[in-house]
Amino acid sequence: MPISTAHKNYDVAVIGGGMIGPALAIGLAERGMKVCILDEGDDVLRVARGNFGLVWFQGKGFGMPRYVEWSRRSAKLYPSFAAELKENTGVDIGHANPGGLELLLGDEELAHRRHFIGQIYQQGGGNEYEVEFLDRKQTESMLPGIRLGDEVVGASYSPIDGHVNPLFLLRAMHTRFQQLGGTYLPHHRVSGVVKNGQAYDLQTAAGTVSAPKVVIAAGHGLRELGPPLGLNIPIRPQRGHILVTERTQQILPMPMSAFRQTREGSIMLGVSAEEAGYNDMVDTATIAKIAQRAGRIIPALRNLNIVRTWAALRVLTPDKCPVYQESQSHPGIYAVASHSGVTLAAVNAKVASGWIADDPAPEEFEAFSSERFNAQKTA
Amino acid sequence: MTVPFDIAIIGAGPAGMAAAHEANSLGLSAVVIDEQNAPGGQIYRNVQRVIAERPEDIRILGTEYACGNGLADGMQSSGIKHLAGHMVWQIERDGTVWCSDGNKAKRIQARTVVLATGAMERPMPVPGWTLPGVMTAGAVQILMKSAAMIPDGPVVLAGSGPLLLLVADQLIQSGARLAAIAETTSFSHYLAALPKLPKALSAMEYLKKGLQMRRRIKASGVPIISGISGLRINGGAKATGITFKAGGRTHTIAAETVLLHQGVVPNTQASRQLRLDHGWHDTQHYWYPKTDVFGATSEEKVFIAGDGAGIFGAMAAEVSGRLSVLQIASHLGVIDVAERDRKAKPLFSEKHHHDAIRPLLDALFPPPAEILNPRDDATIICRCEEVTAGDIRKAASLGAPGPNQLKAFLRAGMGPCQGRMCGLAVTEILAAALGKSPVDIGAYRIRPPLKPLSLAELADMDTDPGTVTSSSL
Amino acid sequence: MLKRRHSDSEVVAITVDGVAVEARAGESVAAAVLVSSSEATRTTPVSESPRAPYCMMGVCFECLMEIDGVANRQACMVQVAPGMRIQRQLGARDLRGAE
Repeated sequence: MPISTAHKNYDVAVIGGGMIGPALAIGLAERGMKVCILDEGDDVLRVARGNFGLVWFQGKGFGMPRYVEWSRRSAKLYPSFAAELKENTGVDIGHANPGGLELLLGDEELAHRRHFIGQIYQQGGGNEYEVEFLDRKQTESMLPGIRLGDEVVGASYSPIDGHVNPLFLLRAMHTRFQQLGGTYLPHHRVSGVVKNGQAYDLQTAAGTVSAPKVVIAAGHGLRELGPPLGLNIPIRPQRGHILVTERTQQILPMPMSAFRQTREGSIMLGVSAEEAGYNDMVDTATIAKIAQRAGRIIPALRNLNIVRTWAALRVLTPDKCPVYQESQSHPGIYAVASHSGVTLAAVNAKVASGWIADDPAPEEFEAFSSERFNAQKTA
Repeated sequence: MTVPFDIAIIGAGPAGMAAAHEANSLGLSAVVIDEQNAPGGQIYRNVQRVIAERPEDIRILGTEYACGNGLADGMQSSGIKHLAGHMVWQIERDGTVWCSDGNKAKRIQARTVVLATGAMERPMPVPGWTLPGVMTAGAVQILMKSAAMIPDGPVVLAGSGPLLLLVADQLIQSGARLAAIAETTSFSHYLAALPKLPKALSAMEYLKKGLQMRRRIKASGVPIISGISGLRINGGAKATGITFKAGGRTHTIAAETVLLHQGVVPNTQASRQLRLDHGWHDTQHYWYPKTDVFGATSEEKVFIAGDGAGIFGAMAAEVSGRLSVLQIASHLGVIDVAERDRKAKPLFSEKHHHDAIRPLLDALFPPPAEILNPRDDATIICRCEEVTAGDIRKAASLGAPGPNQLKAFLRAGMGPCQGRMCGLAVTEILAAALGKSPVDIGAYRIRPPLKPLSLAELADMDTDPGTVTSSSL
Repeated sequence: MLKRRHSDSEVVAITVDGVAVEARAGESVAAAVLVSSSEATRTTPVSESPRAPYCMMGVCFECLMEIDGVANRQACMVQVAPGMRIQRQLGARDLRGAE
C-alpha cells in the first residue's frame, strides 16, 4: 500500500470535509492540536454543497429542549465566528441576523404552525422562546416593497434567525483550518479504522493515517464506518431540493425558511423532503411544487428565471436532532451527525471541539448521545 | 392515456434531421425538439431561407451548406413532428423530456431519446476576451447565414482550426476587411500531423477543400501570421485589436472586430445532466459521452448522434443519426438484427470514410497549452461570475479536489451559462495545478434546467404524465 | 459593428433603448442590435463590466437583454417582431414593480 505523503503523527484525524468536520477541526486546531481532515474526491454525496444557508432557530428542537438551546447558542456565536473568519481569511461568509420568517399560506398552515411552535415552547418549561406570530399586516411591514400573495395569512418570526453563504462558509473554514496548521487530505476515503497501540490507523487508498483521536463527521459515510467501531447510529438519507434564480437587485430584507436572497443577488427557493434512498437526481415534479409555492407566497418571484436546481441528501437521525457520541468500545472515536451543519458550525467550532479535546463536555451532551435511540427501542 | 413517441430527437442539425428521416422511413413515431425556429442546426443554419431568398450567397456559404436544404425539406415533408423554437430543459433517463416554447413548459414522453445536440466552439479564454467586439468565428458565420451580415470595419481572426480558415475565406468573399489572420498553428504541427496524412488521403475531398481555401486566402493578400502565442485583446470599453508574439517579436493589429476560434467540442450539457459515462479526447482535450458504433450510451434508452459524441463533422453526423435509429428500431422490434445490419453496412463504410480525415485535423489543430491553462492569472475563465485563472489556482492550492468543490468555493459555473463557457478550462487548470490528468479531475455536475426557465413556467406546467403525447401534439 | 450585405428583406420596426431601429425579417434581436451599435449590450450583475454577444448560438449567455419587458432573455435566440421593445440589460435585473 502506498504511504500517504501526509503520514504524520496527528493528535486528531477528522473524517469528512463537509460542514461539520472543518468546523470541529478549526476548534481543535485553535486548541493547539495537530489535526488532519480526510476527505473523499470531488464526486461525493456532499450535502455541504447542497445547503440552503440558513442559520435557523425557530422550529428546531422539537422533542429535545437541549437542541433548542444548542441552536440558540450557535446563532449567538455566529457574529463573532463570522468576523473571525473574515479577519483571518478575508472570506466574507455573508452572515446576517435580520431575523427570519416562516410565511404561512391559509389558516390551516397557521394553526398547524402555532401548535408546533407551542409544543416547543412548552417543552422548555416556560423558559424564554424567541418566536412570535405575526398577522398579515405585521408581516407586510417587515417586507417593505413586496406584495405578498393573497393566501398569505401571516408568519412565525424569530429575531434569532439569520443566514450565511454556505459555500463561502465552507471555503472560509477550509482556509482557516489550513492557516491554523491543519492538513487537508482530499482523495483519502477511509475504508477502515483499526486500533494500533495507543492510536488508530485510518486506512485509505492513498495510505494510512494515524491518530489517537478520530472524529467521524462523514455524513452518510457514518453508516459504514460506525458499526465496527461500536457506533450504531441510525441515520438515513432524506432528499431535499433547492432552486436558485438569476441575480436580481436586493429585494428580500430577511431570510424566510422557504426563500433567502444571497448577497450576490440570487434567490434560493426551497425546500422539499422526500424519501428517495441515495438517489440525488433532481425530481421534476418536486421542483415544480417548490416553484408553485414560491409564486403563491411572493407572486413577483414568478418573473425570475431559475438558473439551477439541485437535490442533496440530508443526514437525518430518527428524531431529527443531532448526535454527538463517543464510542464506548473504542474510546477516542467520536461521531457527529446532524442535518444542521450550517446553523451549528459556530457552536461546533467553539464549543463541541472542546468535548473532543478533553474540555469538560458541555451539559447538552448527555441529551445528544445516540443512546436515546437504543432506549426508545427497548422501551 | 399516454401514447409515448418511439423516439424523441433533441436537435435538428444534420444528425437530428437524418435520424428523423430514418425514423419516418421505418414507420417509427418521432418528435424532433429544437431551439431554432427552422431546421438546420448551426451548420445548416437558415439554409431553406437562404436558398429561397438569396441563392447567390451559396457561392460564399458553400455547396456543402446547400446540401442541408434537402435534409431540412425532407424532414418537414415527412410525418415527423417538429417542435421548433422549443428549448429542452430536462431529460430523464426513462425517456421523459421537458421543454418550453418560451411561454409554457411541456412534458414529452418517449420510449427512447436521441441526443443530437451537436458541438460548440471551444471557449477561448485570453485576456480581454469578454470585451464587446470579440466574438467567435462561428458567431460571425451564423450572422452570415441567418442575416447576411458581416463585420463593418477591420476584422482580425485568431486561433486555429478548419472553421477559422473557412470563416476567413467566406468573409473575404463577402467583402469584409480582414486586417490579418493570426493562427496558433505552426510548422511543428504540420510535422506532427504528417504521419496521419496517408489515412486522410482516402478522404481526398476534405483535403482538396482545405488547400483551395488556403490558396484563396493567400491570393487575397490578407496576411497570415503563423505560430502565434501570448494572444491578448486590447481595448477598454470595447475591443480595439490584438497583441501577440510570433517569430520572436511582438505584433499589434488594430481591429474593430476580433474573431476567436480554437476548434469545436461536443456540447455535453445534456449528456452530463443524464450522468452518462464520459471519456476524454487526449489530442483535442474535450469530454465526449461514451457510445458504441450505433450511438448507444451507458443509459439504455439514451442514444447520441453527431458531434455531441465526438467531433467528426456534419457528414458523419448524418450517418450516425441514421445508425442510432436503426438500432432503436431493432430494439423496439420493428426490424430484426439481420435487417439492421444490412441497412447499417453501407452507413458504416460511409462513416469510416468521413472519419478518416479526423486524425489529421486533430493533430494539425490541437488547442495550445496556453489556451487550455491560461498563464496570466487575471484572465477571466468563468465569464458569468467573473472568476479568473488566478482564483482557480488559488482554490486548487486550498485543496479543492475537483470542479464541483471549486464551484462551491468560487461560484464558477453558477451563472446563466451554467458552466458551458468555463467547464473545460476549469478542468484543465485544476489538472495542471494539481498535477493530475483531466480524467482524474472530472467535470461539473449538470442539473436541470439545462437553460434558465422562468419560475412561472415551472410552477404552471402540468407535471402529470401524458399531458403532451404523440396523439395530442 | 455589423452591416447587412443585402437590405431587400422586409423591414421590421423595433426600438432599442427607446430609439427606433429598422431590423429585417428573420433576424435575431442580437443581430439587429449589433447592426445599430457596437457598444455593450449588457453590463454584468457582478461588476457591471461591458459585454456583447459572443457565440450567437445560445451557449454563452452574453447577449442577455430585456425584450418586451422580460429581463435576461437570450437576444440571439429571439427573432425580431414588429414593435418589439429591446432594452440593454444593465447590471442585475430589478424585481420591484415587475408584476
